[in-house]
Amino acid sequence: MSFIPIEYYLILSAFMFVVGVTGVLIRRNAIVVFMCIELMLNSANLSLVAFSSYLGNPIGQIFVFFVMTVAAAEAAVGLAIIIAVFRNKLTVNIDEINIFKW
Amino acid sequence: MNAEIILFIILALIAAVSSVMMITRSNAVISAVFLVLNFFALAGLYLLLNAQFISVVQIIVYAGAIMVLFLFVLMLLRTEDEPKVFLDKKPIKMFALLITVFVFIQVAYLIFVGKPSGNLTPDQLKSIETGTIQSIGKELYTNYILPFEVAGFLLLAATIGAMVLAKKKFE
Repeated sequence: MSFIPIEYYLILSAFMFVVGVTGVLIRRNAIVVFMCIELMLNSANLSLVAFSSYLGNPIGQIFVFFVMTVAAAEAAVGLAIIIAVFRNKLTVNIDEINIFKW
Repeated sequence: MNAEIILFIILALIAAVSSVMMITRSNAVISAVFLVLNFFALAGLYLLLNAQFISVVQIIVYAGAIMVLFLFVLMLLRTEDEPKVFLDKKPIKMFALLITVFVFIQVAYLIFVGKPSGNLTPDQLKSIETGTIQSIGKELYTNYILPFEVAGFLLLAATIGAMVLAKKKFE
């Protein structure tokens, strides 16, 4: 059984990360921007798991476990913030949410 | 062409296409569903990498819990559809796209020039052993016990924080 070259996984990971960055830059819906952040976290996870598996070292996968924990906490708090903002401004369009803008 | 590379190509295509579809759909709910598809493809890729535990956790935590939370909030809040992303040609958006494509080309070039696979001598048996729940649990409960506890505390703080933030009124 042969291994796929690790470059393939890294390219896929880089592609997904770049798509996530593009999404953050071009989308205006705060929740979709949030989902793009999750996509970026996942692409980083993919390269961590790839290296962990190719090196035969479980520590990469433990890092992925912690990233998932932090992503879950981040999603809960972030969505709560979005709900609180929506309650005040009645929109989640990040062009109109500018209360901190000077 | 063995089965492994065919599976990789299928899963990688699903992951790549669904991520692109996710950022180009104007309806946020459809974006969320494509993100779920992307998470499932990633879980398949983790299985291909012999990371069984991470693969199952990916489905339970990401495709299950986090995306349900996202869909719940999406359907709770009234969100109007955005204009079609690539039809509204604001110069700033085109500029953003240009920069990210440029960054991707740079990273891809570096990956191919660096040739990380040249220094790796992967061992299938060792790799299978790495991803099992035994090896991860052993590492997690010995060397990484403090980060593990901190992660638990972080989740507790996030639970309380989310409840406080989403409460009706601040007193």
